[in-house]
Amino acid sequence: MLSRVADSLYWMSRYIERAENIARILDVNLQLLLDLPTLDPKRRNALWEPVLRATGDAFEFYQQYEVATPEHVMEYLILNEKNSNSIQHCINAARENARHVRETISVEMWEELNRVYLDLKHVTMDDIERQTPSEFFKFIKDGSHLFQGITDATMMHGEGWEFIQTGKFLERADKTTRMLDANEEVLLPHEKKGKVREPLMLNAILRSCSAETGYRRTYPGYVESDKVVDFLVLNEFFPRSVRFCVYSLDDSLHRISGAKDEHFTNQAEKLSGRLISEIIYSTVDDILGRGIHDYIDELQMKLNSIGSAMATTYMAYSEEAAASPAADAKPAEAKSASAPATTTLPASNQSQATAAKAVVA
Amino acid sequence: MFTPDGNPRPHYKALLERIEDMDREEFDERRAAVDNSFLRQGITFTVYSDDRGTERIFPFDLLPRIIPDKEWRHLEAGLTQRITALNLFLHDIYHDQRILKEGIIPADYILGAKHFRPEFMHFNVPKDIYIHVCGSDLIRDKDGTYYVLEDNGRCPSGVSYLLENRQALKRIFPAAFEKIGVRPVDDYCEELRNVLTYVAAPPERGNRPTVVLLTPGVYNSAYFEHSFLARQMGIEIVEGRDLVVKDKKVYMRTTKGLQKVDSIYRRIDDDFLDPQVFRKDSVLGVPGLVDAYRAGNVSLANSIGTGAADDKAIYYFVPKMIKFYLDQEPILPNVPTYLGANSSDLKYMLENTENMVIKAANESGGYGMIVGSKATKEEIEDFRDKVKADPRNYIGQPIVSLSRHPSYTDGHFEGRHIDLRPYILYGEKITIVPGGLTRVALRKGSLVVNSSQGGGSKDTWVLYGDA
Repeated sequence: MLSRVADSLYWMSRYIERAENIARILDVNLQLLLDLPTLDPKRRNALWEPVLRATGDAFEFYQQYEVATPEHVMEYLILNEKNSNSIQHCINAARENARHVRETISVEMWEELNRVYLDLKHVTMDDIERQTPSEFFKFIKDGSHLFQGITDATMMHGEGWEFIQTGKFLERADKTTRMLDANEEVLLPHEKKGKVREPLMLNAILRSCSAETGYRRTYPGYVESDKVVDFLVLNEFFPRSVRFCVYSLDDSLHRISGAKDEHFTNQAEKLSGRLISEIIYSTVDDILGRGIHDYIDELQMKLNSIGSAMATTYMAYSEEAAASPAADAKPAEAKSASAPATTTLPASNQSQATAAKAVVA
Repeated sequence: MFTPDGNPRPHYKALLERIEDMDREEFDERRAAVDNSFLRQGITFTVYSDDRGTERIFPFDLLPRIIPDKEWRHLEAGLTQRITALNLFLHDIYHDQRILKEGIIPADYILGAKHFRPEFMHFNVPKDIYIHVCGSDLIRDKDGTYYVLEDNGRCPSGVSYLLENRQALKRIFPAAFEKIGVRPVDDYCEELRNVLTYVAAPPERGNRPTVVLLTPGVYNSAYFEHSFLARQMGIEIVEGRDLVVKDKKVYMRTTKGLQKVDSIYRRIDDDFLDPQVFRKDSVLGVPGLVDAYRAGNVSLANSIGTGAADDKAIYYFVPKMIKFYLDQEPILPNVPTYLGANSSDLKYMLENTENMVIKAANESGGYGMIVGSKATKEEIEDFRDKVKADPRNYIGQPIVSLSRHPSYTDGHFEGRHIDLRPYILYGEKITIVPGGLTRVALRKGSLVVNSSQGGGSKDTWVLYGDA
């Protein structure tokens, strides 16, 4: 498979998954606010902070807006042209990547992605208000689910499909960790335990990860913060837990290279294998003992370095790029005073970076 | 479609009966469904003049053009003759240049042509085939005679629309297909792949030849077509940056390392192929590609330098080539043509611009031309100045009254001017997909059928029989 094709498949998949996650996070937060009608405006706005942190956009957001009002955050994360992680931008980028590899993906996949793109193309915030935001988010989430289902059902489960899986699971793991990090306050065991708000917030976190049903079947009874952490990071069967995602990622990496289980033939496999071991031999007490934020921060850096190693191994276009790690997606840490530290999203895409050059035609 | 007295020609009867069964609403519904499905499938082209790179669907007219078997055989014979002569001509001008020495074509027409590549003198192209894929534009006069309007021997485009149009019409008129007996077009991509495999350079140790399609990239106006053809042929579509040349061999960068490429269907013009040889500023090409080609380690379709045969001035000489190389009379005539380089012709062109189509020899896509009868006085004056400044670069033709064909516009049927571009493949044998792309000038009265200038297309049905 062409390296460029692998790169486009990987990013197509990441961007779809990213759009879906942003839609879900926004949707849940809107629902949550409905349950808190008595909150004063200032504290209502404060509830949008974790959303910005979970999507990794807080720093950029405050370059454009002073206050995180619901309107601003929604606009910024849905349609904002300057935000390279807005839902619209993600869908455009996914479709653009798909356009580069139309001969590789199935006709059905292209048509579904193109449908979402066309439907979204002229949407305004007014339209979204009119049809209700939750309908809009459903459209995005359905589009992503449908696309992933069509992918499973119509595309050859060969190398290209595996690259799609790696993109999906890396993005998903990243978003789940961000949800935890952004809500650190709620999840930490502290004195205010038992306040009315807490179960509401914990449920919202679960719903943001589509984890409500799975969690309830695993842990009947009251929602507790340590169990939520346990479930979202360490659960073996929940498809959005960090453990599940890293396992699936590792599987795909092995199928791509043909390496045997528990062996590695390149840096990406080595890093993913190592991360799996760490996760298997961790308990929720280890995580809470280290502090959620520190633990997650490190986890995210490890996920990012797997992505970088994949780019070096499979997607580098030239020997020069392969030799110098500087050419990789560089997930630097963006720490600022206003936004608690979160690593920025890896969002460099070679197809896009070189797109401008190709226009010469 | 109709005889002068208003009766449908026999080969259109069955289709008309089917259409008469439909009411207006049904017809409109099907039309909208087709447009929608084209948009959804991304069967679009990119408009350059629009700075946002808007993708548009190529307007599609539901009413097919029908060609009876006998007429098609005539076209097939004429086109086969023509591509044979063009290939012999290219071989000749890159080797002994007999046609120049014998004074059939004045030498400076070739040696001074923009697309002539002296670097390739005495180079033997694989299997001696220069033009593997040719799209010749045909028009029909009032009296039904077909003329060749131009030959596209570089990178002719449009075949994907032909194939997609057929898919669309099959969904709309399934019954008519069965009843009328339309020859299928499905095997075009298979034939194209055969051609590319036939000319391929020897692959590595017992592998099958690796064939790829080289595209300028996703922003090229014909990108849809490139990816469509690659998908249908089951080959990789590559951009210049996916290829690398080492030891005069071309490789593509894959996730498993470098893989040798043996045959390239390139959809990039000569100028952009290799920055080491042609345009230095090309970022689309592959440095070293020409070296690899010269060494016989990779084949290119079409070959380099074929532009010398589809220059609009050289077009004038094609009937003479047919006579010279094949000793035959042309089966398909040229449109009468005046050469700017010929002083009496030039005088005629300048005096009769109002009644002529004047075209720049090296432009395509409806650019660099003027239709005298449709232009304003100033436009004509401007154009005359251009011609005077560089007469060699222009040809003139009388305004042929293109045949018209009923087309569905704004809710009713109206006659619109059409042309026909069949696609000729030259490999082990010459094959022509039965049909072609019928382009239609959708603007009322317009004679320009190019998609960049408001043209659309129709499906073209070649019948098994004559009615």
